[in-house]
Amino acid sequence: MKILAAMSGGVDSAVAAARAVEAGHEVIGVHLALSRMPGTLRTGSRGCCTIEDSMDAQRAANKIGIPFYVWDFSERFKQDVVDDFIAEYSAGRTPNPCMRCNERIKFAALLEKALALGFDALCTGHYASIEKDTLGNLELHRSLAMAKDQSYVLGVLTEEQLAHSYFPLGKAANKQDIRQEATDRGLSVANKPDSYDICFIPEGDTRNWLSDKIEFTPGSIVDTDGIELAVHDGALGYTVGQRKGLNIGRPAKDGKPRYVLEIRPKQNQVVVGPEQALTISELSGQKYSWCGNAPANQSAWFDAEVQVRAHGESHRCLVKVADGQMVIRLNSPIRGVSPGQTAVIYLGSRVLGQTTIDKTVSAVMEQV
Amino acid sequence: MPVYLDHAATSPIRPSVLARYTKMLEQIGNPASVHSFGQSSRQILEEAREQIAHSIDCDRNEVIFTSGGTESDNLAVKGLYWQRHAEDRNRTVIISSSAEHAAVLDSVNWLVAEQGAEAYFVGMDQDGVLDLEDLERVLATRAHQIALVSLMWANNEIGIVHPIKGITELANKYSIPVHSDAIAALGHVPVNFRDSGLSAMTITGHKLGSPVGVGALILSRKQKVTPVIHGGGQERNLRSGTPDAAAADAFALAVKEAVTEQAVLAHKHGELSEKLVYGVRLVAPDVKVSSEAAETLPNNVHFRFPGCLGDSLLFLMDLNGVSISTGSACAAGVSSPSHVVLSLGADADEAMGTMRISFGHNSTDSDVDAFLASFPTAYEGAKRAGLTRR
Repeated sequence: MKILAAMSGGVDSAVAAARAVEAGHEVIGVHLALSRMPGTLRTGSRGCCTIEDSMDAQRAANKIGIPFYVWDFSERFKQDVVDDFIAEYSAGRTPNPCMRCNERIKFAALLEKALALGFDALCTGHYASIEKDTLGNLELHRSLAMAKDQSYVLGVLTEEQLAHSYFPLGKAANKQDIRQEATDRGLSVANKPDSYDICFIPEGDTRNWLSDKIEFTPGSIVDTDGIELAVHDGALGYTVGQRKGLNIGRPAKDGKPRYVLEIRPKQNQVVVGPEQALTISELSGQKYSWCGNAPANQSAWFDAEVQVRAHGESHRCLVKVADGQMVIRLNSPIRGVSPGQTAVIYLGSRVLGQTTIDKTVSAVMEQV
Repeated sequence: MPVYLDHAATSPIRPSVLARYTKMLEQIGNPASVHSFGQSSRQILEEAREQIAHSIDCDRNEVIFTSGGTESDNLAVKGLYWQRHAEDRNRTVIISSSAEHAAVLDSVNWLVAEQGAEAYFVGMDQDGVLDLEDLERVLATRAHQIALVSLMWANNEIGIVHPIKGITELANKYSIPVHSDAIAALGHVPVNFRDSGLSAMTITGHKLGSPVGVGALILSRKQKVTPVIHGGGQERNLRSGTPDAAAADAFALAVKEAVTEQAVLAHKHGELSEKLVYGVRLVAPDVKVSSEAAETLPNNVHFRFPGCLGDSLLFLMDLNGVSISTGSACAAGVSSPSHVVLSLGADADEAMGTMRISFGHNSTDSDVDAFLASFPTAYEGAKRAGLTRR
């Protein structure tokens, strides 16, 4: 096959490209330029947006012996990922930009361009594997390296996208093996730190980064009855589940700490309440997709598991589609879910689909 | 056999230069040393200086060796600005153009941002032809405030050639020094420093077949500039640092050969360009050739392809063994929309759909044939991939 290897400058995508070459494919490496004003050197744990990362990717491609190019997707990235991130925060939601990037950049804009330019598939260093069921339908599965499993961020892929994706690290047992392999292959990125932060937010300080993009106006912090407890300097800087930095002078009646339960962007209000109010019994979202074959009967409840964070645990649940929404009812309530996050549903190790959460139902009180 | 059509980026070293340069690298001695080794290095350096002076018609003392074009442009723009501003604090205005090479443009922008200078960019039409009436107007109205004029001899992307003599005649009426980056022009159109009326002119070696890392600022004896690099006082006290005699010697030989064969090469490159444009138009009838109505360099063809990215074209041509350029500046391999094409009034999409082919001393007919053989498939693929924007 003619393979386009997306190379971030990190160790995983470098090893993935090398494995693609070894498997006998014709491979060309591409680094995506996602920022028009890339920093010169990497700082902190960021790892895909600087010139240093681009050079690292180029060095790896040279070492592997494949042609290498940099493709500019900065405008698309700004529109589809960065602006979306800002818009979601402005609407009081908590977006997952890595998911958006996979959905709209890597496995959309980049893949489309690759196919148009005559490639058969896109190779990345994601830890997930593509398998076939007995009828030959493509399925996305969790990586064997559970600690590094990245199937969650790939939950947005459709069957068509799976057909043109290639994840050579899917069967990797763990990250150490990949680093060792990189060392053995003489790749200088072998010991490069993993990236964790959102790549376009320097120093990982989201609130500070947002502060010159969203207007923060002071408003009220209220309890669930609407009683004002304190003032905040901008509701959009808060996230659901946050406990610190609320600066409410007086304690709650029960003396227990209060948490952010909800952001109300229109009223510029932050709603706080007790910890148990954060527990969620049901999630739903209008924007959903199936990763490969969709379930035959979507309108009846079926058993599945749901994961709401990239490296979070999965929870048993019931799922169905009703009124154009994917509804997920948890067997036991969970904490730490807010609108904007993505819920990925699994059947065993298989990724079945995903939805962007619009609405959560509190286990203790009704909440929109 | 890969085909190289990006001589405007850098041109292969000439065989004669390579032979002489590698021999010359054995030379021992700092040209500033008093002993016999130093003296023989000094002799090589000074003969190179004289050779360049002869090739471009200037005084030998007007050749200041530098590390190349970017350094020469920095020395000219900053050095002239500092000098003129120090002589008269009212002189804060720099006349230039928005289509200059980044070495000039970023020096000007730095002086504006950090040193209180003011930039005035001369207007131009969609072919990049400078509006000399606009230049005349600003010279007449603000002469006492103007520190310098810096306008390139020929543009390194679109290839347009500017009327340098016309520009210096206007500026010299007000005794305003004019600098010109002549890197793209030298060896491709006649370049004569004495006749040009310039006070300063940038040239470099590696676009002509010398090693990379050597160039010169040609600076009129009458013109004072403030140095950028301080140290041992070499090169008229304007460019400190041990001069590289071997590189200067190779540079001088490349300039000599390029200037000697200029007329013949211009004719040959003109024919190659014509064949290229004809062949491309057959495949892509909606292509635009930049500055087609104006005088352009014979060795430089700049295309704009509606609806496809120059990046995609470059990629597909390169995979087929034909190396070309999008023409615009790169940072870590990323092409930005060309500031030159944008400054001609094109929109961002048009500025991203560019391709520059540039010929050099060893370009042949078969290079163009190879290009034209690969082009139709590449064009079709790039067109299919379209623009990155939805």
